[in-house]
Amino acid sequence: MNRLRRFFLAPAAALLAVTLAAPLAIVCAYSLMTRGAYGGVERPFTFENYTRFWDPLYGAIVWRSCWIAAAATVLCLVLAFPLALFIARSGARKNLYLSLVILPFWTSFLIRTYAWMFLLRDTGLINTLLQELGAIHDPLPLLYNNGAVILGLVYGFLPFMVLPLYATLERMDPSLAEASADLGARPFQTLWRVTLPLCAPGLRAGSILVFVPCLGTYLTSDLLGGSKTILIGNLVQNQFTSARDWPFGAAASLVLMAVAMGLLLAARRQGEQML
Amino acid sequence: MILELRGVGKRFGSHAAVTGLNLEVQRGEFFSLLGPSGCGKTTTLRMIAGFETPDEGEIRLNGSRIDALPPYRRSVNTVFQNYALFPHLTVRGNVEFGLRRMGRVGIEDKVRAVLEQVQLGDKASRMPSQLSGGERQRVALARALAPEPDVLLLDEPLSALDPQLRKQVRAELKDLQRRVGVTFLFITHDQEEALSMSDRIAVMNRGAVEQVGTPEEVYRRPKTRFVASFLGAMNWIGGVGLRPEALRISRDPASNKRRGVVLASVFMGPVIHVETRLESGETCTVQMQHDAEVFRTGESVHVGWSEADELRFPA
Repeated sequence: MNRLRRFFLAPAAALLAVTLAAPLAIVCAYSLMTRGAYGGVERPFTFENYTRFWDPLYGAIVWRSCWIAAAATVLCLVLAFPLALFIARSGARKNLYLSLVILPFWTSFLIRTYAWMFLLRDTGLINTLLQELGAIHDPLPLLYNNGAVILGLVYGFLPFMVLPLYATLERMDPSLAEASADLGARPFQTLWRVTLPLCAPGLRAGSILVFVPCLGTYLTSDLLGGSKTILIGNLVQNQFTSARDWPFGAAASLVLMAVAMGLLLAARRQGEQML
Repeated sequence: MILELRGVGKRFGSHAAVTGLNLEVQRGEFFSLLGPSGCGKTTTLRMIAGFETPDEGEIRLNGSRIDALPPYRRSVNTVFQNYALFPHLTVRGNVEFGLRRMGRVGIEDKVRAVLEQVQLGDKASRMPSQLSGGERQRVALARALAPEPDVLLLDEPLSALDPQLRKQVRAELKDLQRRVGVTFLFITHDQEEALSMSDRIAVMNRGAVEQVGTPEEVYRRPKTRFVASFLGAMNWIGGVGLRPEALRISRDPASNKRRGVVLASVFMGPVIHVETRLESGETCTVQMQHDAEVFRTGESVHVGWSEADELRFPA
């Protein structure tokens, strides 16, 4: 039995070793080295790539990444909860609504993000329409700011919040809501005192699924944020491309990982306390 | 009269779950709705609690109509079949849930008093998952009793317990009802449960009430064939209903007796059931004490009864 298990687990273990463990080790090593003149890395070993994060410029980038990811997560939560509740209670049409939630995945995320640019830019659909209607004179600054990035992230990751929330709501015993109403709770009180607390596992799973990729995003911030809104993902990308500072890029990506892991552990401890 | 249903009906699609239902429950009584599954008893309870809205008819609580009110505005509370305890709240949190409108001191006293009534005073800080089945059932009772409802609705609350515990809980439940004096409306498909606990029973069949009466009345003087056969065992001999305990069996011929052959003698513990095929081809079960004679399979016998025990029904 044990042998058989090892046999079937071996391919996955090998794949993880080659594609995760080894590159991670390389990244760790690079982050401790000195930059080469034309990219790449050289000796000597140094901690300087990490100490550079004390520079307020980079601190600001890490901070901005965190609050934008947090804002996107909270907005996803606020939007996804009513939607998930609606789907879980819509009986036979559940599957239709669920496939509508997943439908955007059939198109590339890149194309969908470009579509937002066409909507939001100065000569885009929204501004043109408002100008035609005479509601505004000059185009509104809809693109290339924090708001546009958050909008793009919420749009892109909403399904990852809806699905786990739906799964928890769907499994919830309907007699619990009935018991709550039976004991005098109005519908909103039932939502607040029974449905929401029992949704905690789904809320946590959805928040992690949204927050972590938002924290590391570079495509959305690159296209919708412009040059003003640099996030930690863009910083990493720049170091490996135009800036040709691989060691600093490696250090930045490890800082990103550390922040994400730290927040995940905090969320898990919170979860254990609730149980 | 505390609870009154007049001409209540409820359909689900093309299926009529309840039709023209009339019911009157007196203040302080232990009233049972008894019937097989699908007879509409659970739908009736759900309409009284407010989880379903009747299509027709009236429901009155203390004289005023409640059938259009949402559940949270009705002074009835429910003990659910699966108890539906809130898993994220302690025993205390569950019992407090319906007491939000009281002051904080009032709540503490009330919770303590109710938990003591169901002998769970020491379990207030436990989570429902840490309790046994019997304890959960008592938490459900305490939670529903705490807001002091006019009527307590119990939806087969004993069916999730193991048979050993069930008999003990019957007595406890009846005792509790006597002590708190709250009107109980008890839903069950178990005739033994209904007979042993109730002040009155309404026997339901196909969405309507067939008979209402004390346990003795519905057992001894059933008004319909359905009530007769649903409550306890019933033999049908020549179109007349006879309880197994009303039949006498002997080897000697006498008046008012039918000849038959013993098919089997079944030992039931306190009594013996003798299965007999009569000359007419009908089979019947005779219940006898086991200190009486022993009858063997294949033996010719005579089965008799007193005319007073015959139950007759219009065709």
